[in-house]
This record gives sequence, structure tokens and C-alpha cells, in this order.
Amino acid sequence: MAVVTMTMAKALNEGLRRAMEKDPKVVLMGEDIGKLGGVFRITDGLQKDFGQDRVIDTPLGESAIVGTAVGLAMRGYRTVCEIQFDGFVFPAFDQIVSQVAKLHKRSDGVYTMGLVIRLPFQGGIGAIEHHSESPEAYFAHTPGLRVVSCSTPNDAYWMIQQATHHDDPIIFCEPKSRYWEKGEVDLDSPPHDLFDAVVRHPGTDVTVVGYGSSVKTMLRAAEAAAAEGTSLEVIDLCGVAPIDFDTLERSLNKTGRLVVVQEAPRTASVGSEIVAELTERCFYSLRAPGLRVTGYHVPYPPARIEEDYRPTVDRVLDAVDRVMGFES
Amino acid sequence: MIDEELVQLLTPEGERVAHPHYASGLSDEQILSMYRDMVIVRRLCNEATSLQRQGQLALWAPLQGQEGAQIGAGRAMAPMDFSFPTYREHGVAWCRGVPPENLLRLFRAVSNGGWDPQKYRHHVPTIVLGNQVLNAVGYAMGIQRDGAEEAVLAFFGDGASSQGDVLESFVWASSFNTPVVFFCQNNQFGISTPSSIQSKVPLFRRARGFGFPGVRVDGNDLLACYEVTRTALDLARSGGGPTLIEAYTYRMGAHTTSDDPTRYRVDAEVEVWKLRDPVERIKALLVRECRTKPAVFAAVDAEAEAFSLKLRDDVLAMGRPDPRSMFDHAYAQAHPLIDEGRREMAELGIGGVAH
Repeated sequence: MAVVTMTMAKALNEGLRRAMEKDPKVVLMGEDIGKLGGVFRITDGLQKDFGQDRVIDTPLGESAIVGTAVGLAMRGYRTVCEIQFDGFVFPAFDQIVSQVAKLHKRSDGVYTMGLVIRLPFQGGIGAIEHHSESPEAYFAHTPGLRVVSCSTPNDAYWMIQQATHHDDPIIFCEPKSRYWEKGEVDLDSPPHDLFDAVVRHPGTDVTVVGYGSSVKTMLRAAEAAAAEGTSLEVIDLCGVAPIDFDTLERSLNKTGRLVVVQEAPRTASVGSEIVAELTERCFYSLRAPGLRVTGYHVPYPPARIEEDYRPTVDRVLDAVDRVMGFES
Repeated sequence: MIDEELVQLLTPEGERVAHPHYASGLSDEQILSMYRDMVIVRRLCNEATSLQRQGQLALWAPLQGQEGAQIGAGRAMAPMDFSFPTYREHGVAWCRGVPPENLLRLFRAVSNGGWDPQKYRHHVPTIVLGNQVLNAVGYAMGIQRDGAEEAVLAFFGDGASSQGDVLESFVWASSFNTPVVFFCQNNQFGISTPSSIQSKVPLFRRARGFGFPGVRVDGNDLLACYEVTRTALDLARSGGGPTLIEAYTYRMGAHTTSDDPTRYRVDAEVEVWKLRDPVERIKALLVRECRTKPAVFAAVDAEAEAFSLKLRDDVLAMGRPDPRSMFDHAYAQAHPLIDEGRREMAELGIGGVAH
């Protein structure tokens, strides 16, 4: 079994390479993705190996990157679009919700919109405005779309391939603050299906759910809680839309306590949906209301104070204390 | 209206005029056939408007006045070319072979599409203005990658010409030299807004700034629209890149059946454009030059009448879709929320086809 240690950035790069080798209809489009290899170097070297027809340096226009990917999909191509940063996806929002999400339906199934829109998302890298946002709820809310997020190099390597070969459009959220962290990648077999939630740390007292950059925060919180005698079950969503509620339900029926962690603001968010759905499903198992540890309801702050906005280990532990203390 | 830069092969009176770059090579039979197309789609539009007034359609977007542009452009396409319409290209859909009753499914509110776009090589309508133009350029990028000798004809109007998507389409098509022809019907109005608000320069001149040719054609001149479109599609298919065609025309009817054009334009203007009618113009040519007999015109009128009666019957026969069909094709692969929706609807006892 070939297991290699690499960064998430490299794992995405290798995953894209393998997807392109497997299917000649896979093309990549984005700004600066060719010669430069993308501002995060995710596509480094791919244009050299696959040519300019398959790794396309586009003019600067997000709506066109996605809008032309729709036309390519009608022609049988699978385009992986790179949006340079989360906050730049909005010029493409119209094409994503009006065409990408609806064309399979509108064509009565004649066309599949098997395309991937890669978004480096979430904060934590000290960037200027529009480079640290978490827009996943907009897309999770839109019928016709799917949303996923990876949190480890192994998942990144496999999920980008699974997403590329999937027949529905997928918003692929990459936690940019984790791009340069290393992990083991099993090159032989995928760890799970694309939308499966994964228990990253088993526990018995509180179910803690998150995705992307929050997974590492939750794992640290689990270590700290364990030192104080509280056992956290950390679940990495992976599938943000649809959500693998069966896995969450099993965990919550065991623990009876729920904390959801996300960088995005709280209102009408993925975390809101998780708490609402699990309250319906697990009402009689609940020992405390589900809590959400999230960003505040403000525009993403200047980076010098972003760590006071993003969920921290302390804030997760505080929520854990509150759900643990609810009965007493 | 007459402008040196306007390509015209037929005057409003139906007399041929010479042009340095374009000449009509259409036979008498072809001209008569396209006359028939125009008469039928005009009849289709009248019938659809009546159906809407009788509560049988939710809405209708009439094309009256634009028959010359649409039949000219539609007939200029090769079978393997692909067209991307707005919601008003009924004439182009007719040329592509889309069954007319399918065209009305969207407006009867029984479908969000209406036909198999791949079968007719004519996309389903796009209602968000300008979106389809980028999709068309992407399709053309696919043609390039397939090495196919095909071209794309992308329709939009003077209103949509202000949309970012259309302007980004120009950039992409130019930079990648894609086999796409942009066909802008300047019908003078975006609902009520005159085209002078959309552009301070004639629309076709925008192409120059993007690095490809722009042509303004008399949109009420079927022969000119056909030749200009055919030439541009040939150029695109042979690797010559995009062309912007501005078909200068006039929307004789309302924007849609929900619109009231008397609030924003004067009758005198409409009267002037009546004299430039694209159907009458071809009829005059047929009478004068082709010696087409009155009996032939009468036969076309009778065919259009029979066509409209059948169309009416077909539309009235379109019942309410099975509500459960809303879950079909929302996703291509299995999705738990679709399963959940289907279950909920079944528990409510909803389903079946009712009229």
C-alpha cells in the first residue's frame, strides 16, 4: 500500500492530476492557474503536462469562468473551475444559481452539470478583506448544488477526484489555512464516499461537528477536554450539502449533547441547519440545546483581530462546558 | 434609419439593392419557403397572445416585427451548429425544428424548458438576461477542443447588451478565438428602456473594441440577415473567430403580454416601422420578381390558419404536470433531500396527473 506524506496543496494537485489522467474530458479553468500554478500553487505543473487546452489561463472574470464551464458541460466536458479566493465568487453567483444549479432540471436531464467550483475559503492567513470568507451557506441553500469541504491531505486527494467525476455540480471548499499542513495520503483507496461524515475522534459526552479548518480546532479542543475528563466525539462533515445526518444522529443519540463549529456567521447557516435537523431527529436523546460556535454577525474583520472572530479552542471548550452543565 | 453602415439587400418596398460585400444567393423556392416560415411564426405569435388573453398561457413574449431577423438567422445555420436563445426566439426555434407546442410549454407553465435541446441543437430558453451568451462561448470552447467544424449562434437583445455576462463573452470569444456568432436583435426596447440608454454608440461598433468584426444589418430584411449570418457562421466554423451582428429591428408588439407599450412610445413611431414590415417586404419581392401567384399566398395563409388551430388544440391538451415530477432531474445522482421530498409528498397523498 502506497502511503505518502504531503501537504494538502500537493494532495489537491496530485488528485487533480489523477482525475485528468483518468478522464480526458476533465479541464481546469481559472485565473493564473497555468504558468503560475495558481496563487496557492494547487495546479502547479499541470499546464506543462496537460497543455493549454486542458489547463486554461482565463481572462479575469469569475462569471465567465463558471458561465463557460456550463457550455463546456453541455458539450460533455468536466471543468474544475478555480475561484482565486472565496470573496471573489460573487460575480459568478448568478451563473452558479441560475444556470449551474438549474440546467439539469431545465433540460429534463439531457445535460448534466458535472463541474467543480474550487473555493479556497475560511480565514486564518492574515489576509486583506475578501480573502477569508466562508460563503458555503449560500450554496448549501441552493437546490441543484452540492457542497463539500476537505480537512486533511488524504481527504483532499480523494475528494477532489470524487467531486470531479461526480455528475452534479459541486462547490469544493478548501480550508486555505490548512494548505501547507502535511499528512499521510493513501494513494490506493479512498477513505470514504464523498458526502460521508467522518468521526475523527471518538467520544461519549459531546458530539462536536464542523468542517474545513474547524476540524483541527475541534481535535485540539478534544485533547484539552480529555485532560479535564470530558470525552468529545469530533465529526468532520466532509459533505456540507447534503449532510450525512445519519452519522450525526448516531453520535448524538449516544452523547445527547451537540456543539457545531464553523467560521461562517451563525444566522441561517450550515450550523443552524445541523442544530434544527438534529433537534427533530434526536429530540428525546438531547440533554442540552445544541450550541453553535461561529463567526460573529459582522463583515469579516481586519486580519489583526481575526483570531477573535474565528472559533478558537477556548470558545469550543466554553460551549462544551455549557452543554455539559445544562442538567446540573 | 438608413445608414451607410447598415447591410441591406432589400428595401422596405421589396426592391433589391447591391452591397459591396454581401449578395443574396437564395433561390425563389428558398425565399418562398422562408416567407412561409415568417407567416407561420407570426401566426403562432398571434395565437399564443390570444391563448394568454384567454387565460390559457401564463405569459407570452411576442416576436412580431422580428420575423426577418429570426428566420434569416435561423435558416442560415448548418444542421450541426448550435443556437442559444433568449425567451423570444420562437422563429429560430421553428427553424431548428422544435415542435411549436413544445415552445409554449414554458409559457403554459408546465415546464421550465420545453424540449430536448440536444436533439434540435437549440438550447432551452434562458430568462436571466445574458447568461446564455457565456454558456454559448463555453460550448464553442468545447467545439474547439473536439476539433469539430461547428459554430454557435448566441442570441440576445439590446437590453442584455449592457449585462456583464455579454461583455465578458466578448472578451472570452476574442481571446480564445471561439467559433461563436453573437446575434443581437436591437428591437429598440428593453421593456420600456430605449436602446439609446443601453449604448451611446451603435451596438455593432462595440465589437471593434473587443477585437472582432461587428456588422449592423437591417433586421427587417430577411435576405440580408440570412447572408450576414451565414457568412459569419462560415467564418467561425473555419477558425476565423467571432462576429457581432446587430440586427436593427423593432419590437412591434409589447415586451410581453404583461406589458403596456402605450406608456412609453408613440403610435407615430410604430406606424413608421409598419412600413418596414419584414413579411410584407418579402411578399413584395415574391410578387414583383418571382411572379408568385395569389393562390400561393392564399395557400400559405390557409396553412398558417390550420397550423394555429392545431397549436391551440395541442396547448389546451397540456394538462397540469404530476407534482411529483418536480423532483425529477433536480440532481443527476441520488440525493437524500430529494428522497425526503418525495416521501413527504407521498405521505400527503399528492400525485397523479390532473387537468
